Amino acid sequence: MTINKSAVALVALGLVAPFILYPVFVMKVLCFALFACAFNLLLGYVGLLSFGHAAFLGTGGYITGYMMMEAGLTPELGILCGTAAAATLGAVYGKLAVKREGIYFAMVTLALSQLAFFVYLQAPFTGGEDGMQGVPRGHLFGLIDLSDNMNMYYFVFAIFLFGFWVVNRTIHSPFGQILKAIRENEPRAISLGYNVNDYKWAAFVISSALAGLAGSTKTLVFQLASLTDAHWHMSGEVVLMTLLGGMGTIFGPIVGAGAVVTIQNYLSGGELGNYIHIIMGLIFVVCVLAFRSGIVGEFNKFMKKNFS
Amino acid sequence: MKPMKKSLLTAAVATAFAVSGAQAAGISDDKVKIGVLADMGGVYADICGKGCVTAVEMAVEDFGGTVLGKPIEVISADDQNKADIGSAKVREWVESEGVDAVNGLVASSVTGAVTKVLTDNKKIALISTSASHAFTTKACSPYNAHWTYNVVALANGTVKPMLDAGKKKWFFITADYAFGHALEKVASGVINSNGGEVVGAVRAPLGTTDFSSYVLQAQASGADVVALANAGADFVNSLKTAAEFGLTETADVAGLLVFTHNAKALDPNIAGGMKLTTGFYWDMDDETRAWSKRFKDRHGSIPAMGQAGAYSMTMHYLNAIKEAGTDDGDAVMAVMKKNKPNDFFARNAELRADGRMVHDMYQVRIKKAEERSNEDDIFAIEQVIPGDKAFGPMMDQCNFLANK
Amino acid sequence: MATFLGINLFGLFGQLLVGLINGSFYALLSLGLAIIFGLLKIINFAQGALYMLGAFFAWMALNYMGINYWAALLFVPLAVGFIGILMERFLLRPIANEDHLYSLLLTFGLALILQGAFTHLYGSSGLSYAIPEELKGGNRLPFMYLPNYRAWIIVASIIVCAGTWYMIEKTKLGAYLRAGTENPQLMQAFGINVPLIVTLTFGFGVGLAGFAGVMAAPVYSVSPDMGSNMLIVVFAIVVIGGMGSIGGAILTGLGMGVVEGLTKYFYPEASTTVIFAVMVIVLLTKPAGLFGKEA
Repeated sequence: MTINKSAVALVALGLVAPFILYPVFVMKVLCFALFACAFNLLLGYVGLLSFGHAAFLGTGGYITGYMMMEAGLTPELGILCGTAAAATLGAVYGKLAVKREGIYFAMVTLALSQLAFFVYLQAPFTGGEDGMQGVPRGHLFGLIDLSDNMNMYYFVFAIFLFGFWVVNRTIHSPFGQILKAIRENEPRAISLGYNVNDYKWAAFVISSALAGLAGSTKTLVFQLASLTDAHWHMSGEVVLMTLLGGMGTIFGPIVGAGAVVTIQNYLSGGELGNYIHIIMGLIFVVCVLAFRSGIVGEFNKFMKKNFS
Repeated sequence: MKPMKKSLLTAAVATAFAVSGAQAAGISDDKVKIGVLADMGGVYADICGKGCVTAVEMAVEDFGGTVLGKPIEVISADDQNKADIGSAKVREWVESEGVDAVNGLVASSVTGAVTKVLTDNKKIALISTSASHAFTTKACSPYNAHWTYNVVALANGTVKPMLDAGKKKWFFITADYAFGHALEKVASGVINSNGGEVVGAVRAPLGTTDFSSYVLQAQASGADVVALANAGADFVNSLKTAAEFGLTETADVAGLLVFTHNAKALDPNIAGGMKLTTGFYWDMDDETRAWSKRFKDRHGSIPAMGQAGAYSMTMHYLNAIKEAGTDDGDAVMAVMKKNKPNDFFARNAELRADGRMVHDMYQVRIKKAEERSNEDDIFAIEQVIPGDKAFGPMMDQCNFLANK
Repeated sequence: MATFLGINLFGLFGQLLVGLINGSFYALLSLGLAIIFGLLKIINFAQGALYMLGAFFAWMALNYMGINYWAALLFVPLAVGFIGILMERFLLRPIANEDHLYSLLLTFGLALILQGAFTHLYGSSGLSYAIPEELKGGNRLPFMYLPNYRAWIIVASIIVCAGTWYMIEKTKLGAYLRAGTENPQLMQAFGINVPLIVTLTFGFGVGLAGFAGVMAAPVYSVSPDMGSNMLIVVFAIVVIGGMGSIGGAILTGLGMGVVEGLTKYFYPEASTTVIFAVMVIVLLTKPAGLFGKEA
């Protein structure tokens, strides 16, 4: 399948999904898929492992929630504010982090996100442990009532498609080609005269803005913003999603997010609830040992081997 | 993935029912469905978790398995202590599975989010293990029933008798999150209005491993009582450290929220003698022992107070459905508030208009090693605190019966 | 009481000493992590879970087999180290030539499994383990009461840390170790079994976590999540010290204990966050950490 055909299939799937599955569940998948796509832009295409992306997801969520509740904005403006806040934070954090490489980059982002977490824990407006509850979904453009799940769903789906398009546009632009060149051979990119850190920074800002967009949307869907989204475990979860789906592939993060959310949802309801950590852990281990390219990566390899 | 593969039609019908509030008498979708939502595998798993599921199932069996000729079904889910997972699950339960009431409910953040969803859909929240008093005060709802205990009862039950005994100067080691803050605030109020004095407080981040620094600060304050406004592992670690640094010899240490399972996890030589407040203790009399034995045979350990509460409120809920002749949220809640709950758990009890279940609380003392006859022999009951003294007065705006 | 600028000096001394005690504990934990990274380039995210395992093994040894604290101090690190050896041999070796990221993810997964399994088996409330009879009680210093067990933590940690540092940096065995991991082919050619060295080093580093677990059991709640709370703090310490610097990990561990202790005194709410603030500052000013060599 070419990328285009897959994209058409994706859109078709997204359009009918709420008729087959529980819409709130699909919305959750879409939010996390967008988050994972944003993360994958950095890990898969620039080779930077951020271990602090939860800070942007959380920032988007809190700012959107605050704007909706206190300033009474319409949803699209609320989301815009949340995304802008996450992008701003990303611009600052990115400026500091891109100076470092490899494991040090991961550690700087982790440390910075811990600082953000501390602020959200202490700041009165976030409601601390209890989170920000009862965020209104509001009326889109002041017209469309989003408290209806179907309206909300198509709004979320549109946001997701927009985010997905931004990621793809970035990857396939000349800018994206340079990012890939940096990933493959950084010294060479430098010798060609590119200011590598500026490129990394730009990618970091795009990625954090999209992560913020995912967080903002998630807050509207669930009508709450909580510390869970800003916690470092969330940064670990997005790594799992991307790895499971296949990092550096276009559809990998979506598949990975879908799989992780489905597993969590399934385990939370069933008799296996006690085993959730064990099963998530096993997935990590099996992925690393046997499926390092992830579901989509392995699938692509399989198709290449047998059908071309 | 059965729960999600509902056809559009069923989903639409279920939503329609939920929105209209199913005013018609009788049982909606021909069954009564109780969802149990709790942390099943995380830090709070022991104090509710699978034990709450067991307790609810026992209540349903004891009730006879059917009400008004319709079957009673129990389903459960793990909220992982995450408000978004919990509220999404409950939304799904209500919108597409026909759940009539949600039982369990532990972490206050989850309960806050879930009660909002339930109230929007006019379904009943049966809160067993949450500590916050918000659900019957600033976040009160005509569909909340808060059983077992809350921070007000804990503060009144533990703090007042110590003040009366002449312990006037207090120092707080508080968990730095919403529940710890609430506990400190309520307890400080009780102290200040009864002639006591708060000489200091430290806010320790959640999950602090080492409390020695805070214990030293408490020691330096010269307080008569050091109150631990924390729970779970934080409580165990802080008390252990207090004993190690000799704080327990110069001052009293009061645990403001201690579950039997936490007390069990402590060396009796350290914890022995400490006083605390609980809503239930298994070894109180023949009635509690009989039920607790049945529970232990099924679940493997003695019941925590919230687990006994989960049984009690399930029974009260089912009885109310029987009397109301319907599972409609408003009608059932009216009967629940009209009839006084009375069983091995609920003594001298009533479900107040604000949704607070007021019942006898118990000030207990942790037994020393030589007093214990077996591993479950943990508390000695010191005094019974009447419900109205423990839970305090009702807020006017939450008086849903009068405000109708 | 002695005061300076309105600060109670006795109180401050007490906080400094308590900070030092915690620091020696951090040093012990970060040492194992630093050895594993410094010599093997494996980022072991399971170190916290193995520390938890050490504490649980001590509890099980006492309650199921009647093995007391002192014997546990000897046997438990060996048992945990053996588990580490199995991990290295069967799980980490197959991915030894892949990106470091994978060892991080694999060990993160193992940590989840261990934590989940112990929650399932022993519940989440934790277990109690008494302070050994010989170390009960304490001494009254001019400015604070020092429990004997805390004094023992400092002594034991310093002995183990110093001994390990000496062994790796100063002895012939340590020289083989460093050479074997820096240039495996050459050492292999000299007839030294490099894979065996790698396995044993990993086992040793993990054994240190087990040792720390036994040390922790009498003073902290023995519970499944005790390791995950500790892990990222210890990780931050290793990074601040300079990944791979053994001495750096030890000194930074002690230093951060003191910094954290002072924060607990002046601004307790920030005490778990201060280490990350330090980490940001250090990494931005000294990229390889305080004691690390610039790559």
